[in-house]
Amino acid sequence: MAETIFRARSLTRTYLTGEVAVHALRDVSLDIQAGELVVMLGPSGSGKSTLLNIMGGLDRPTSGELFFKGIELTALSERELTLYRREHVGVVFQFYNLIPSLTAYENVALVTEISASPMRPDEALALVGLEARRNHFPAQLSGGEQQRVAIARAIAKRPEVLLCDEPTGALDSKTGIRVIDALVNVNTQLGTTTLIITHNASIHAVADRVLFFADGTISKIQVNERRLSAAALTW
Amino acid sequence: MTTLDTKLKRDLRRLWGQVLAIALVIAGGVASLVLSTGSFRSLDETRIAYYERYQFADVFAEVTRAPKTLVTRIAEISGVAAVEARIAKLALLDIPEFPEPATGRFISLPETGSPLLNRLYMRAGRLPGANDLDEVVVNESFAKAHGFGPGDRFSATLNGRKRELTIVGIALSPEYVYAIGPGDRMPDDRRFAIIWMSERALAEVFGLEGAFSWVSLKLMPDAVETEVIDALDDLLEPYGGGAAYGRKYQTSHAYLEHGLDMLRNMSRTLPPIFLVVSAFLVNLTLSRLVALEREQIGLLKALGYFDTSIVAHYAKFVAVVALIGIVIGSAAGTLLGVYVTRLFGDFYRFPFLVFADSPDVYLLAALLSLFAALGGAFRSLREIVSLAAAVAMQPPAPPSFQRALFGRMELGSLLSQRMMMMVRGMARKPIRAALATLGMAFATAILVVSLFIGNAMEELVDVTYFMADRQDATISFAEKRPETVVFDVSRLPGVLAAEPYRQVPIRIRKGSLERRTLLSGRPPGADLSRIIDIDLRTVSLPETGVAISAYLGRLLDARVGDTVEVDLLDGRRRTVELTVAALVEDYFGIAAMMDAGALSRLLREAPTANGVHLSVDDGKLDLLYEAIKQMPTVAGVALQRVSLVNFRQSLAIIVTTMAGIYTGLSIVIAFGVVYNSARISLSEHARELATLRVLGFSQGETMRILLLELSVIVALAQPPGWAIGYGLSWLMNKQLAGELMRVPLVVENLTYVLATTIIFVAALISALVVGRRVYALDLVAVLKTRE
Repeated sequence: MAETIFRARSLTRTYLTGEVAVHALRDVSLDIQAGELVVMLGPSGSGKSTLLNIMGGLDRPTSGELFFKGIELTALSERELTLYRREHVGVVFQFYNLIPSLTAYENVALVTEISASPMRPDEALALVGLEARRNHFPAQLSGGEQQRVAIARAIAKRPEVLLCDEPTGALDSKTGIRVIDALVNVNTQLGTTTLIITHNASIHAVADRVLFFADGTISKIQVNERRLSAAALTW
Repeated sequence: MTTLDTKLKRDLRRLWGQVLAIALVIAGGVASLVLSTGSFRSLDETRIAYYERYQFADVFAEVTRAPKTLVTRIAEISGVAAVEARIAKLALLDIPEFPEPATGRFISLPETGSPLLNRLYMRAGRLPGANDLDEVVVNESFAKAHGFGPGDRFSATLNGRKRELTIVGIALSPEYVYAIGPGDRMPDDRRFAIIWMSERALAEVFGLEGAFSWVSLKLMPDAVETEVIDALDDLLEPYGGGAAYGRKYQTSHAYLEHGLDMLRNMSRTLPPIFLVVSAFLVNLTLSRLVALEREQIGLLKALGYFDTSIVAHYAKFVAVVALIGIVIGSAAGTLLGVYVTRLFGDFYRFPFLVFADSPDVYLLAALLSLFAALGGAFRSLREIVSLAAAVAMQPPAPPSFQRALFGRMELGSLLSQRMMMMVRGMARKPIRAALATLGMAFATAILVVSLFIGNAMEELVDVTYFMADRQDATISFAEKRPETVVFDVSRLPGVLAAEPYRQVPIRIRKGSLERRTLLSGRPPGADLSRIIDIDLRTVSLPETGVAISAYLGRLLDARVGDTVEVDLLDGRRRTVELTVAALVEDYFGIAAMMDAGALSRLLREAPTANGVHLSVDDGKLDLLYEAIKQMPTVAGVALQRVSLVNFRQSLAIIVTTMAGIYTGLSIVIAFGVVYNSARISLSEHARELATLRVLGFSQGETMRILLLELSVIVALAQPPGWAIGYGLSWLMNKQLAGELMRVPLVVENLTYVLATTIIFVAALISALVVGRRVYALDLVAVLKTRE
């Protein structure tokens, strides 16, 4: 039995957006095993991103507890949380969030410079098949290429956890499949625990487990006996 | 170099337009302080060095004729360090091919050669030989005005006798940094000369062998000036003296002090305003600029950067912007400072200039700008950094708009949707809108105050030359003459009208407050030299009582109806009590005036005149000049028109140049502010504007929405801008007022119009530049919204 990397208990998150209180997450409890590839499915506003952000140390729950390898994330100070993000977590966002004024290489270096035992930026770019585009600025890259740079940036620090929020959301199917392929590769080759949020149900086939979200809770968990390779996906 | 530093470098390059615009705003503030303080200090140090090296005296006195034996007794006065007795007389000059009568101030040189006090700075040639009675040294500006050099000749009517003189040297003197002829308001280098001659020559001509007519004293550091003056007056009184005075009343020194005072006051008033305004604007701009970086800050947090590293990164960005501004501002300020120093140095006849280093000024300006810039950045950073990374990475939540504003009112339906967007946008962030408006108002205000100085000069000329003193010429006599002299003068060719005047040096006192000035007597109904009061109406003098300058009234704390004590320092010296009958708003000097008859009675003498004001037929000027040159009793002629020309060519140029420099700096600041407002406003509204483009609005329509907010802010800012500008002008006016000259508080409507026009032009140009970016909006990229 693999080690439990995340243990969430009764996580709740309420946002005050302008004048409206949004219950983004309601009493969610969950365990994630090390090396697992988990796909999170569900409509907009169902709580996927909120859970992912809390796991990534990008946000804090309103109540509940979250443990990372026995460390209570919910009890960490702001500085400790930053260190947690820096050392353990790689994040991939739907809109890539590359720094426009930095090249592909430099966007990756932005992270390797502050991590303890990173790979070389070129190595990370090679893992996503972009070594040839290292000196291009984000504006000179296609959407898929930008997203792969973002993945390279996320994995370059050799994180234990890779959190991906709609990594294919802004991409066409062919490019999306290349991105998923890159993520699956990272998961299998480096053993990085990977959580992928998506709207795209066909992606679930690459996962060990699929979490279905609705109204801020996990409504269903599906376990895949056999994982498909990304190449086998279509949508 | 870390990757963050690479980002910094690229961001600076990407935003170069804004970076430069903000840097220029900072530069404007820094330059104004560096330039004004730098030039003031340079001139002040130049003055101090000149006075010290050339032994400018501390106390001065004129006598009719005092024996040289008196010098030993003067030297014995406690506190006196050195005494220089000499002969000093005024005389008319006749210069070849120069029709106008010129005046020379003849000063004797001791037999030993160079004087002990008020030493000469020899620019060329040599001193006259003790026995070469026709050799003279002339002051440099006079020589330059006529193209004279050693060897040139001109003649003078010395004590009624015409005499050919040969120039052997050109010199400058600390006593005549500002050389002004009798009756004149402005220096006229062509018509007024300082001429140094051997003592023997002057003594012979004026019958002053073994005697002197002027004495200068240098005091010990611990001497009490008033006590020395009293003691000197006591010694000189039997010899027709008794009106000794200190540097404060020495004409050249007083004018120089006033000029430096004006410069100092300008440097204490305008630059702080500029610096504070620029600091405020930079703070405002950078705060908004950093707020735009919200998502990148969120990303850096998400990637595991500490808040301190992120803050340091943006602090570096802002510091670089500030440094660019500080460097540009310091360089421009230094260059302008040297330019202004030379301009003043030229106007005041300094033989050399000392350029003062002012590291403290640079440091002060730099620190203030830097703090302002960093302060602005930190204000935004504190807010953003405190957000959770996930929140910061998302655009701010849709703000809660108030329907209340125009919503319920019928007026709401009158406004277009676009107008509504703009109005609600501003109402949503009222503080930001108010600050933006205030910033723009300050830009207008500093333009108003810069332009005000030019207005003031026009008003000064108008009141002085066209309303008060309307004479064409003023003849002054070497000695006072019976008032009947006016009949002789009336008969001179070309004279249309003549008015005699009498001037007596006085000390005027109320309580412990005392000033030295001239009391002039005017005939009733004087029409040429009129008295104009505060409300610009002609004042006719009452039969008794004295009219004084309003500024003198304030100095003495004397109001109409108050009694002042007056020491008459001429003729039969007496101390009398007079009632202040009127306060006169004049702009030059501090004066006291009274009815000529009353003055004669006060002096217990028959009506006399020191000079005559003339109205002249232009066509017969040359004849008049010829006639005047033949009058041995005339010491000088002041020509009003020439005075006006000189005013415009000298002081007015300096003041308008300064005003021009400040106006230029304020235009730079204004432009930087407006451009940044437009650019930032575009970034803030990029999403909304792109949405409108997608919805089918044309590029032109979209741009108009963007410009609507800018123009509303610009328009709203104008009235407060005018008000602040008027307030600053009032402050300037108070600061620049001195005993020699006051600046009237007149802000022309045209000034407001001009200031506003400049702002609108800046807005228009900014709009055109920024407008191009609306065309380049990447609709897809901007519109990709997050979940």
